[in-house]
Amino acid sequence: MRGRRIRFNLVNLFLWLLGGGLLAFAAFGSFLTLVEGRIQPSQWQSLVIAGIALGSVYALIALGYTLVYGILFMINFAHGEVFMWGAFTAFFAATALNDAGLMVSNPVLAFFLVLATSMLVSMLVAIMLERIAYRPLRGAPRLVPLITAIGASLFLQYTARGFYGSGVRAYPDYTLFDGTISIGFLSLSVKQAVVILAAVGLMLALYVFINRTRTGRAMRAVSEDKDVAAMMGINVDRIIVTTFAIGGLLAGAAGILYTLIFNQVLFFMGFLPGIKAFTAAVLGGIGNVIGAALGGLILGVVEQLGPNLFLSGYGVPSPNQLKDVIAFSVLVLVLIFRPSGLLGRKENT
Amino acid sequence: MTETMDRAGSAQVVDALLQADKVTMKFGGLVANRDVDFVIPRGSIVSLIGPNGAGKTTFFNQLTGMLEPTSGEITFNGKSIIGRTPYEIVEMGIGRTFQNIRLFGAMTVLANVMVGRHVRMHSSWWGSLLRLPAVRAEEEDTKRRAQELLERVGLPRRYEEDWAKNLPYGDQRRLELARALASEPKLLLLDEPTAGMNPGETAQMTDLIKQLRDELDLTVLLIEHDMKVVMGISERITVLDHGELLAEGKPEEIRANPAVIEAYLGKQATE
Amino acid sequence: MSTLLRRALMMGLFGGIAGVHVSLVGIVNTFQTRDLIADIVTIGSVLPMLIAIMVGWLAGSTPKHIPRPSGSTTLVHGAMAGGVVGVVLAALALLVDSVSLTWILVNARPQLANILYFEQGPGLGSVILIAGGVLLGVAGAGLHLLPRTIARALAISGVVTIIAALMEPFVGAVLRNVELRAIEGFLYQSGGLTVQGFILVFVLIAAGIYGWAKRGDRAKARVAAMPPDRRRAGKLIAYGVLFAILLILPQIVGQRLSEVVGTVGIYILLGLGLNIVVGFAGLLDLGYVAFFAVGAYTTALLTSPASPVLNPELPFWGALPFVIMAAALVGLAVGAPVLRLRGDYLAIVTLGFGEIAREIFKSAWAQPVTGGAQGILSVPEPLPFTRDPQSIYYPILFFCIIAAIAATRLAASRVGRAWNAMREDESVAEATGINTVKYKLLAFSLGAAFGCLSGAFFGTKIGVVFPDSFNILVSINALALIVLGGMGNIAGVMVGALVLVGLPELLREFAEYRLLIYGVVLVVMMILRPEGLLPSRSRRVELHDVSDEDDDDMYTDEAGIDTGRPVVST
Repeated sequence: MRGRRIRFNLVNLFLWLLGGGLLAFAAFGSFLTLVEGRIQPSQWQSLVIAGIALGSVYALIALGYTLVYGILFMINFAHGEVFMWGAFTAFFAATALNDAGLMVSNPVLAFFLVLATSMLVSMLVAIMLERIAYRPLRGAPRLVPLITAIGASLFLQYTARGFYGSGVRAYPDYTLFDGTISIGFLSLSVKQAVVILAAVGLMLALYVFINRTRTGRAMRAVSEDKDVAAMMGINVDRIIVTTFAIGGLLAGAAGILYTLIFNQVLFFMGFLPGIKAFTAAVLGGIGNVIGAALGGLILGVVEQLGPNLFLSGYGVPSPNQLKDVIAFSVLVLVLIFRPSGLLGRKENT
Repeated sequence: MTETMDRAGSAQVVDALLQADKVTMKFGGLVANRDVDFVIPRGSIVSLIGPNGAGKTTFFNQLTGMLEPTSGEITFNGKSIIGRTPYEIVEMGIGRTFQNIRLFGAMTVLANVMVGRHVRMHSSWWGSLLRLPAVRAEEEDTKRRAQELLERVGLPRRYEEDWAKNLPYGDQRRLELARALASEPKLLLLDEPTAGMNPGETAQMTDLIKQLRDELDLTVLLIEHDMKVVMGISERITVLDHGELLAEGKPEEIRANPAVIEAYLGKQATE
Repeated sequence: MSTLLRRALMMGLFGGIAGVHVSLVGIVNTFQTRDLIADIVTIGSVLPMLIAIMVGWLAGSTPKHIPRPSGSTTLVHGAMAGGVVGVVLAALALLVDSVSLTWILVNARPQLANILYFEQGPGLGSVILIAGGVLLGVAGAGLHLLPRTIARALAISGVVTIIAALMEPFVGAVLRNVELRAIEGFLYQSGGLTVQGFILVFVLIAAGIYGWAKRGDRAKARVAAMPPDRRRAGKLIAYGVLFAILLILPQIVGQRLSEVVGTVGIYILLGLGLNIVVGFAGLLDLGYVAFFAVGAYTTALLTSPASPVLNPELPFWGALPFVIMAAALVGLAVGAPVLRLRGDYLAIVTLGFGEIAREIFKSAWAQPVTGGAQGILSVPEPLPFTRDPQSIYYPILFFCIIAAIAATRLAASRVGRAWNAMREDESVAEATGINTVKYKLLAFSLGAAFGCLSGAFFGTKIGVVFPDSFNILVSINALALIVLGGMGNIAGVMVGALVLVGLPELLREFAEYRLLIYGVVLVVMMILRPEGLLPSRSRRVELHDVSDEDDDDMYTDEAGIDTGRPVVST
């Protein structure tokens, strides 16, 4: 409820102890790690860059969550699968182009072709998802579409497993993106640079789309108030489909960028990035487009840096095993202490 | 019970059940209530009126703990209710109904009333698990009292096992009243109890409220738009306008108050 | 083109797509190895036919606002729709046959085309496929022309007959087990039904359903007319008979099926617990597996000689009270942080908790205690019961009964009403005097206790506890079974567990497609029948006939305030 002061009670005490404890644990761990100098500066740098690259992929997926949430106030739990379908499409497109020799003869064109197909397929998946699974349920109690979304997510996941097989498939290598570049004291691989640039480019395009085009303005109007928007002659259904389509396009792009980093595809690959992108969207303030981008970057960096920074100081063996734990802890902490997210509006009137 | 009040705002009350002092509620830059002083004498029926957006429901929500005032003090039965949760306030003896009826639609009529008695029951979860004799007795007792209340508000017994959401509109209002009464309140807050009713139903509801007050030793505060109801039922009337106290007094005083006519009645008359 | 015809063609197209999906996912191939009627028809090739029948039936139905066309028009629509299914599948077969797609679609093998062609080669095969589609479409549409009760009986008995064929290995085993070899030989042959078995099962089931539809209401009315004490007695007798059957069940069904029944029992426990959290209190917990894991690990830690904790170890039954205590504590610890979150956020955060639990159990960091990825070995048996499926069945049965009684009693108490009210409208519940914080925590703790109990039996049943048994799919599984059975309903949990856990355990062919089917179940149930197969009475009301004012429920919170953010209260 609005306007209520947080009262001192046992539950809050427990939460503050839990949150404070986790933060203190992380801070003390960082202190130990830094004092002991376990990790070289160059390692820090590469961790941060890897985090930014991963984070920009999270950000692209997170935008899909945030856009849909902004309009329908529902968590599209199956969005991670939309991303996975994009990644698979990218894989097949790249393999086909590789076999056709285009990857060698005209790698730039090949890259854009792969990007375009995967974005297209993800977009189609997202549109069908909306049409078949969500539209019939508009207006149902809130948990109903969420359960449908879980079902749709399983369906998409295991359809991919049936269609494409259950094994991990290795991605063909883009020789174009081999090598590293150095800017001043920074050095990053070409792949990471491509991922970051492509993500930034798409996010800028989205920003312009939302703020400068008729459809974008209509989207904002619908997210403010559906009824009023409908009265002003906006076709709300079409805007909702458009929103899903845009989320799908971005997820498809995220699919190919993710496979650039990790070089493999698997039917289950949508689950974790999906949850983490949701975390990023919540961290940035769900419904907020810039917040999603920011949240993605922060989460990517925390995930890469966190295990080494927070845990290795305590001598935890193979701390990277716990990177998902750290990512989820971020989600839990955000929701306890700042549920509206970093850029979310605290109050909505 | 009450002494006469000389003029609006500076009431001298011997036996106040509820007293609000300088209650202010802000939402960001928006002031919903500003320095509202308010007194409900024990055993009376008091109305809170004012144009739409005057801050009546906001004020109600502060009395029931759903909102906490930005500043000011509210005491009930001599105890402060600031910072208490809604369920604690129910336990202290304030019951309420809602402007847009909010029943538990998918529970039976009887279960709705039995939930209302929640704070007066003592069965624990493990007692219910073991079906202790005391728990069974309490359950029976609650059921009996709930049936009595349904009868009291005039709901026929055949409705007992129906879904609350399937009741006709007027009966839903009665059911909500029964649910509020089940918590054995000393103060009953009614948010537009006759909204959407035809004149006949309205008259019945008005009579019911008076009758309940007399039989159950209640004090009643109501928000109401229908001036006929307000003038007919209220012993005192408080007028809010733009979140501030505009006037306070007996119905005839309010009727004659130029400021009120200007802000409220006058406007309505021209419509 | 008339609306209905266009609709029929669309249905055909959707059916065709469904057929393509079923084929490419590999279900057709998998079931090719199983006979429906021994040596005549395989189940794999029946699946596309079933789609044609369903599509024909849908194409023959008419939406409410359109007058029903004549019988022959209905049949024509069915034929068109079924024909489209046939054409689409023939096209698929042609494509699979002529282009090598296996590098993308692993199931697009020539073998698939062969099955679709009924092993008759492309020419004759496509003709059979299309003509068969038309005929079956007509049959499906024809169901509308029959009296409702007969159509229903035919449809249901068709499905049951297919299941009966699929169940051959187990029904056969049971029949052999109870020395009814003659019946087994009459019904089954080389992994499918015999011709006479097929006819017998189909006719018996159809007649039974038809009879019940004709006479069932009268029987029900007669029961309702009985004096209460006699009805009570009847109920007691029914429960008594049920209990007696449950007691001798392992001996009837034999070793292999007892194993399945045990697994179903563990999921019933799990489902009853999750039902308290989701069905009663309305808190969608997707991390429920965490409780299952805590139960299994606590048991293993306290009882296994392979774990470093506690030496000498406790026996299984000695550890159980501690397991339940641990459960309640973990329930509180998980519940507290999510108290203030609105439904969908709560779901994701609890999901996060589930993953955190598994990752920590699995990590090298926790290895000294939890054994890391290898887990904990040699969890002891719950003596005097052994790990033998026919023995461990009894303690599981006992706790299932206890849990079902507990859940029933809670539902009908002050606590149950408070949960109900909270689920329907949290802020009104609070304004009615319910301490929602307390009741949410209570739901989490009790749900956790059931989940941990279930986990304890899971651990002792397989004798090993390792982290990858406790992934998100366990939570999804439990959720799917309560959704299918009907949220908030105790009998529904049992039916859900039987269908969603029992059937796939029996049908090994299904195992691979189990989660695909869960996905479809969740979506279809939510769209068509959100209250589940056996709804609790109140859920049905809550989920259906959403009145106009509730229409924007999804976008606004209880107070009608726009909720762009997750907080609701404390």
